[in-house]
Amino acid sequence: MDKVIIVKDLSLSYSNSETIINTVNFSVDSGSFVFITGASGSGKSTLLKSFFGALKPKQGSLVVGGVELNNVSRSKLNFLRRHIGVVFQDYKLVQEWNIEKNIMLPLLINGYIKSVAQNQVDKLLKHVRLNHQAGKYPQELSGGEQQRVAMARALSHNPILILADEPTGNLDDYSSELIWKLLEGANEQLKTTVIVVTHHIPETLSVNYKHYHIEYGSINEVN
Amino acid sequence: MRSIKNHLSLVIALLSILFSIQIFFIVDRAIDAYKDNLTNNYSVIAVSQNKLDNNVLLSINKNILSIEELSPDSVIKRLNSDMQKKNIELLKLSLPKFYKINLNSYPSPEQVNQLTSDLLKNSSITKVENFSQNHKTTYKLLLLFKNVVMIFALVVIVVTLLLIFKELKIWQYKHNERMNIMGLFGAALWLRSAVLFRLAVVDALIASFLALGIFLYFSSSPWVLEQLNTIGINIVIFDPINDFAIILGIALAISIFLASMIVIGHKEEV
Repeated sequence: MDKVIIVKDLSLSYSNSETIINTVNFSVDSGSFVFITGASGSGKSTLLKSFFGALKPKQGSLVVGGVELNNVSRSKLNFLRRHIGVVFQDYKLVQEWNIEKNIMLPLLINGYIKSVAQNQVDKLLKHVRLNHQAGKYPQELSGGEQQRVAMARALSHNPILILADEPTGNLDDYSSELIWKLLEGANEQLKTTVIVVTHHIPETLSVNYKHYHIEYGSINEVN
Repeated sequence: MRSIKNHLSLVIALLSILFSIQIFFIVDRAIDAYKDNLTNNYSVIAVSQNKLDNNVLLSINKNILSIEELSPDSVIKRLNSDMQKKNIELLKLSLPKFYKINLNSYPSPEQVNQLTSDLLKNSSITKVENFSQNHKTTYKLLLLFKNVVMIFALVVIVVTLLLIFKELKIWQYKHNERMNIMGLFGAALWLRSAVLFRLAVVDALIASFLALGIFLYFSSSPWVLEQLNTIGINIVIFDPINDFAIILGIALAISIFLASMIVIGHKEEV
């Protein structure tokens, strides 16, 4: 099975601070669903950041989607990011754009023509049950709705990998359930690799998943 | 509505800058017009024993524009009531020659002194009347007016800079977030900046056309024209071609500078 992420002796730290992730080794299979858990401040979000090149490895090697991230050029990093979908706890939506334009962003970056992009956005809006709110702006939506917009944006360009950092951290049970279903759907139907950083793994998941736990800078697979 | 809000902050800042600059141009033109009026009304009188050659007089000082010989008739008219015609002719021959010397620009007191001294170097010229007391008072007033305009220009520059830096901070905050989000999905720098530059150019165009409308209205306003007529100054308040080109250029330069500063100062944060 192809590996989407290969981590070898990876250490991570923010500049001039202590090492957060210390010499970890693991890999992620293509099409798998992975949970990374750990206490607050354990370094799980830091590890996720390194997967999309927001933090460079201090030591060791990190390969994502075949791209070595140790000394990656900006253009190569941009190329990699065009094949990744990211979801954050605080949604990270462009406030001055309506939700339609927010969802369209990765499609336009990937060079889709406007009519094709619009068609894809319409489909996704229906998929995340927001087709009646296309013209609204992020601050006019609830937290759950904003996260569904962020999910639709992450799915819009059919990425090979979805990275989600506490995607349900700010949401009620109903909205959380919807987000998990969307992530499961992407993994089961589109065979997209999904990596989720979270405190709690939902009990209602139907997909097979791998679970890694981070503690004291080390990562261990939980059976 | 939201789209208008996005543009409003920079458009207002640009508009106030353009407004100040155009007001400065108008005041500067008014001073120039006033100076021209003064130049036309000011001349030096030279008295000579002999008739002087115009070319000789013109070569004495570079500030001299033209020379007119004054007729002695007005002086003689006051005396001629009891004089015989023969005596009047004799008097005419014995009277010195008076020359009105017009200058090409309004001179400083130093230039007036230099001109007087240059004229007196000519052995035929016996006296020069430069009306120095009147000239000094007028010149000081003009100087004061010019300095006030200079201070006004400096204030405009300082206010402009403050407005620009305030706007820069707001823009940096506003656009960094969007640029970061675009960066998360792999947008190249030019694409992340394109939105910003497009916004900058559109705002510059909006501000320039608003300024064009306001100044066209002012330049044709009967009240404004009446005020200028009252003080005897005839100036172009707003030249729709040259002035518009200048304010459009300034607006574009400021907004593109702002956008460039944001792109240069952008740090990716996740």
